[in-house]
Amino acid sequence: MMLGSNLLCLFIVIPFAGGFLITLMGDRNQKLAPYLAMGAALGQLLTAVGLAVVTNRQGVLVYCTGIGKSLVGISLVLDGLSAFMSIIVSLMAFLIAVYSLNYIGRFTSTWKFYALFLFMVAGMNGVIMTGDIFNLYVFLEIASVASIALIAFGVERHEFEAAFKYAIMNIVGSCFMLLAIALLYGFTSTLNMAQIAYVFAHSGRTNIGMMISVLFIMGFGLKAALVPFHAWLPDAHPSAPAPVSAMLSGVLIKALGFYTICRFFYNVVGVGPDILNVFMLLGVISMVIGVLLAIGQWDIKRLLACSSISQMGYIFLGIGLGTPLGILGAIFHVFNQSIGKSLLFLNAGAVEYATGTRDLKKLGGLGHKMPVTSVTQFIGAMSVSGVPPFGGFWSKLLIIIAAVQAGRIGYAAWAVVASLLTLGALMKVVRYGFSGPLRPEFAHIREVPIFMRLSMEVLALGCVLGGMFLIPGIRELFLNPAVNVILHGNNYMHLVLKHFI
Amino acid sequence: MMVYGLCLIFFGLGLFCVLRKRNIIKIIIGVVITQYAVSLFFVLMSYRDMSNVPNHAEVPVDPIPQAVVMTSIVVGLALVVVLIALAMRIYEKYGTFDITQIKDLRE
Repeated sequence: MMLGSNLLCLFIVIPFAGGFLITLMGDRNQKLAPYLAMGAALGQLLTAVGLAVVTNRQGVLVYCTGIGKSLVGISLVLDGLSAFMSIIVSLMAFLIAVYSLNYIGRFTSTWKFYALFLFMVAGMNGVIMTGDIFNLYVFLEIASVASIALIAFGVERHEFEAAFKYAIMNIVGSCFMLLAIALLYGFTSTLNMAQIAYVFAHSGRTNIGMMISVLFIMGFGLKAALVPFHAWLPDAHPSAPAPVSAMLSGVLIKALGFYTICRFFYNVVGVGPDILNVFMLLGVISMVIGVLLAIGQWDIKRLLACSSISQMGYIFLGIGLGTPLGILGAIFHVFNQSIGKSLLFLNAGAVEYATGTRDLKKLGGLGHKMPVTSVTQFIGAMSVSGVPPFGGFWSKLLIIIAAVQAGRIGYAAWAVVASLLTLGALMKVVRYGFSGPLRPEFAHIREVPIFMRLSMEVLALGCVLGGMFLIPGIRELFLNPAVNVILHGNNYMHLVLKHFI
Repeated sequence: MMVYGLCLIFFGLGLFCVLRKRNIIKIIIGVVITQYAVSLFFVLMSYRDMSNVPNHAEVPVDPIPQAVVMTSIVVGLALVVVLIALAMRIYEKYGTFDITQIKDLRE
């Protein structure tokens, strides 16, 4: 028991240690940086899987800092939802570090990339593990600062513009979040999330609770790029180098947006029908507007970024329904989206690596020269848009069935329409990019190097086999613990508070 | 009560500055003002009429918000440094601080 909870700090120590070590070595040992990053990500992945098994068997793990397990110290908490998210973050970090080994050679001073990448991972891990609301804010900002720097990594005009826009919008969002934390502290006199939940459970519904909820929906909704707050995403995500885009779209918006909203609203404040309605409405609007934005784009990465907004909409529709099936669908969709969308962004990076452009009007017939990328692109597009044998289909099906069961026929219909439109948008990439005759200027391009191919193939395999996680027996190991955390929101405070005093 | 109102006005001024100004440097100043207003609000939260505070304190003031605000100021500093670095590079590339002329990404 003790051993397990003491290992929790590894999630923050490993990536930070890797990042600082790379920074210290700097220019002199540039060759080592990628391997250090890969090693850190792999170590973190092993820890995440190991601790997820321990959590499955023993329930919640809590790591207390400070003297004598007092509630004043910052605590780290690992439960089913955190374990689920930490596995996704670590897995993606590892695969993307492998991909970067070849890809990032296009840029100068690569060690800075790896250091920033590890800081971003550390920030996300911190957000996922922490049991303290202000600590969550601090880690959120660490991840944001690192991602701002990574978006501007290409040091071109567009990158700076996108990074500035992203930075300003995120900082204003964070200010609202800090304001909400101040109100929360004024109301509850504590920053520990379990204790805040205890106070809320005993105070009933109050106006200050509503005010705090609204401010947090603004703050977290901005990080999750839900539609009224989405303006930064179609600029910011395509501007980053491809591995970072994959990380931002695949994992960051889920860890900083989806996870924080789930944790805060389901486990801390407690949700009522009003909040659930807001989630569903925001979800459906994001779903439809995101995909409509996506269809009109000709830049591959911009198209994918707009489609990410739409997929976040599905996830929020799922958790907004509040039924066990809807939440299962949302959690499963997070997993499928992380894999599928990362794969598509890595493919876009591969196209850019080989041809030097990502404008669909200038591409065509790449399937003849890049068979692996072509196949993985097809699989990724099928999975993200929800075509039967692939993982994405099952999670969308669950969300739509749950919507019908809950009597939300209109929302279910919009979900089906958005799914078809997503298929159209992603097929546009396949149609204009990979099929048709090869353009003469691309006669000499080659398939991308081995490490890029490798991580794309692993992700494609994940898309094909994604549906396996729903089989009873496997579902209990990976998805159900996360679903239970959201479903039985009040249990969180009892399970965590048990570890103190 | 008036202190909280002034704090809110301060916050509103910062937001106005972010939303309405065209110069990047002025936008950054607006961001800083917004952050300070939130920090001020958090510090004001530490004053309680009926809180259980250490006996030796003359006024009932809770120490935790002050520690928290210290951290948030450091975080804010990091953000502002990144913003100013970006502003410098934007000026190098575009030759202007006017955001209405920095709009390559809008089609």
